[in-house]
Amino acid sequence: MTSVSHPAATTWSQDQPVKARVPWHQRLQPANLLWVFLAGILVVLIVAPMWTLVVSSFTDAKTGGWTLQNYVEAYGKERHITALTNTLKMGAVVVVLKLAFGVPLAWACTRTDMPGRNFVRYSVFGAFIMPPYLAGVGWILLAGPNTGWINRVWHSLSGSTEPLVNIFSFGGMVLVTAIGGFFLVFVLVSSAFEMINSEMEDAANILGAGPFKTAMKVTFPLVMPAIIGAALLSFLGAIALYGVPALISIPARYPVVVIQLTEFFSFPLRIQVAAAYSIPLLLITAAMLGLQKLILRRKGYVSVSGKGGERRIVKLGRWRWVLFAYCFCVVALSVLMPLFVLLLAAFSDSWTTGFSFSNLTLSNFHYVLFEHSSSQKALIGSIGLGIVAATVAITLALFIAYIVQRRLIPFSGLLAFLAVSPYVVPGIVLAIGFYAAYALPPIALYGTYTIMALAFITRFLPIAFTTSSAGVRSIHPEMEEAVRILGGGRVTALRHVVGPLLKRTLAGGWLLIFVPAAQELSTAIFLVGPTTRVVSVVLLDLSEEGELEKLAALGSLLLIIIVAVVAIGMRYLGRDFMLRRS
Amino acid sequence: MDGLVLRKLGRRFGAVDAVLDFDLHIKPGEFVSLLGPSGCGKTTTLRMIAGFIDPTSGSIELDGKILSAPSGSVPPEKRGMSMIFQSYAIWPNMTVSQNVAFGLNLRKLPSDEVKKRVGAVLETVRMSHLADRYPAELSGGQQQRVALARAVVIRPAVLLLDEPLSNLDANLREEMRFEIKRMHDEFKITSVYVTHDQGEAMVTSDRIAVMNNGHLEQIDTPYALYSRPKTRFVASFIGRTNFLSGNCGNHMIDFAGFSVPVAMIGEEVTGGGPITVSIRPQAMKLSATEAPRDKAINLQGSVQQSAFLGETWDYVFQSKDSGLQFRVAAPPADVFQVGAPAWLQIDPAQIVPIAD
Repeated sequence: MTSVSHPAATTWSQDQPVKARVPWHQRLQPANLLWVFLAGILVVLIVAPMWTLVVSSFTDAKTGGWTLQNYVEAYGKERHITALTNTLKMGAVVVVLKLAFGVPLAWACTRTDMPGRNFVRYSVFGAFIMPPYLAGVGWILLAGPNTGWINRVWHSLSGSTEPLVNIFSFGGMVLVTAIGGFFLVFVLVSSAFEMINSEMEDAANILGAGPFKTAMKVTFPLVMPAIIGAALLSFLGAIALYGVPALISIPARYPVVVIQLTEFFSFPLRIQVAAAYSIPLLLITAAMLGLQKLILRRKGYVSVSGKGGERRIVKLGRWRWVLFAYCFCVVALSVLMPLFVLLLAAFSDSWTTGFSFSNLTLSNFHYVLFEHSSSQKALIGSIGLGIVAATVAITLALFIAYIVQRRLIPFSGLLAFLAVSPYVVPGIVLAIGFYAAYALPPIALYGTYTIMALAFITRFLPIAFTTSSAGVRSIHPEMEEAVRILGGGRVTALRHVVGPLLKRTLAGGWLLIFVPAAQELSTAIFLVGPTTRVVSVVLLDLSEEGELEKLAALGSLLLIIIVAVVAIGMRYLGRDFMLRRS
Repeated sequence: MDGLVLRKLGRRFGAVDAVLDFDLHIKPGEFVSLLGPSGCGKTTTLRMIAGFIDPTSGSIELDGKILSAPSGSVPPEKRGMSMIFQSYAIWPNMTVSQNVAFGLNLRKLPSDEVKKRVGAVLETVRMSHLADRYPAELSGGQQQRVALARAVVIRPAVLLLDEPLSNLDANLREEMRFEIKRMHDEFKITSVYVTHDQGEAMVTSDRIAVMNNGHLEQIDTPYALYSRPKTRFVASFIGRTNFLSGNCGNHMIDFAGFSVPVAMIGEEVTGGGPITVSIRPQAMKLSATEAPRDKAINLQGSVQQSAFLGETWDYVFQSKDSGLQFRVAAPPADVFQVGAPAWLQIDPAQIVPIAD
């Protein structure tokens, strides 16, 4: 019984049959090589950049030896510490604001008879499509201290010369950051509300609880984990956001971490110090997500993930108009107002002179499309990177999700862990990691589209993986076993059965990646080269040059392209595909 | 050795032996069922034959070639088998004919040959008129027929069926049993059928392997299994039965209240001492009067309970002398009131000694 290597086998099979061994070439499955290949890709995308980031934070730039000097330099100055505490303070306030925006809107749209629920839903969706830095520009146009439209209306009404509102302030930064990110709160909390079966509330009612008591004791606790999860993600999104601070933080004299990081990246270039300075951001994120997992794991909350039963709508009576007024305010602040002024500025000769027909022009669009040195190329680059990142990330994630769900190899859980791990890495930190690992010789990818594509794929791999993973889980394994027993390998099963069955899910995931990838700023900021700029970076350049009309035109073009792609997606996938993701 | 041979096959999950020392030889063209309660290891065995699970001991051979061994196995796609799954596993993204043609296309057959074979097999399962439908547009029974067609069209070396009828309603199930039997008679494919339903197993199978707790209890033809169960588990799992404890002497077996000559029992009994026998409810007859006591054992007593099942009466008879109770099956015409005195005749040839 030489071939029986299993130790347990010896206990019951005394007399084994003749040496039973299947020749290796009959056992060979080409798919096995694929798994090795995938693990290799994940090392390139995740392990190497993160490892390099951590290692370089302990490396002496001159000698290459081990040192703690980078940390001393990163945290030695009071200004640097202030930036860190400022960031945390801002993050905390943003969370409160995002919840105040997102939770009531989610409840109103899912559980009440408020009028205009679809209008609110679509507008919130608009907030997802509009990148935060464009909303920021919109608010600079609205509430800039001297030339902002709100202030000019105020000046002409009151005769005062003091601004009524000033976007270049702590409050302004918090507001703009919050309106750019409360979409996530809305989506997470909405789906939690949709999961609650009214029978749970009925059960409380029948036992004698009134509507208020039911809401406090049953409904609210059931969505609590979703709210906590959304709060943590909101915090992480706020502290890692680059676009809004880049526009507002410096004029507002409110230094934050991301801006400090760019300072380390300007001359003289100090990557090692930047790496050291970004480590707390990484640790905070990891800790927060760990905390979220801990909270969600507690028993009792699991029931929310059950199937959604029939839901009763709360009849609000006259209050429904009050609620609608609140929702309208949120939507107006976050989408309608900034979008309106942005479009208006895009068609204006000069946004400072106000609205008049003589001021209307198309020259801004002509300028950004045909005259500006890099904006046309940047548009193509952004859309191209969005397509590549979404396609590669989804394909890669599908293979990994398949291996993990089907437990094809030992330690496949490790692949899953790697695939979702970029989640804890803020985009700007990821960019530093990629820069440290691949930008410089001998690999020398700095300023190429390749390094950006790799970084974008990594950044969006977690979304791709969660989408694919849920999709694969929904397919009965016997669907594939039927392929295999009929003579097809695993790859055939993926191509002919799993792939086609997941078409819709994967297309939805593709769009969820394409939209943010085409707008991505924080991952791009350190990786773009002089000839490989993307739209988000060009927009920031234009803002520094004060060319806000041209900026508005380019931003509008980006929005139009993205909306077109999303509209096509909705046509084929149903309008709810993005609002209902888990 | 020709056919499918399982030798000392075993599969261990953690500390639990799902299958243990399983020996089975299925002859070419034979239809064998693996029958047992859930958790008995029958599906694990089937999936080992298919190659989805590797054994932890023993081996599987097909026509003398080793397919599975603890050291490694031929992957399912290289075994030339086919399988019908519990969930049917009809691919919803393909039409009926695309589903059926899939295995043929993998074999790179010329397209006119594929077309011919698909047409012929759909004819056999009476699905030709639905060839261009998608699975979502089919009923459960129709989906089952597609699964059947898809599995047999490739002319597999072995056809594996994993509780294929458990998701159908009772009437369809009855119909599909005969359909499967008919397909087997037509194509003579070596088949292994997993089920927990003894009716299905008896209709379809040449032989039934009864499994319990991961090991083989008995393998026999349906008739032998029913009339000559070898173990208590088989006797109680297949149909209903009465267990009687007795003591075996040199010439007579003594039960409480009556004795039977060893020679009259249908099977050879070796050795003396305590013995357990199984007597099927159909091996006994109830009558209102004492029958002539030539061959049969006659017991006096009364009817304790009765239930009418349509095709038979199910009576509980209690012996007056010993107080022993027997379940007896009687034709619908034999009506007894509860409490009525009656005589029970037992056919000694149908008394089967079993191992505990």
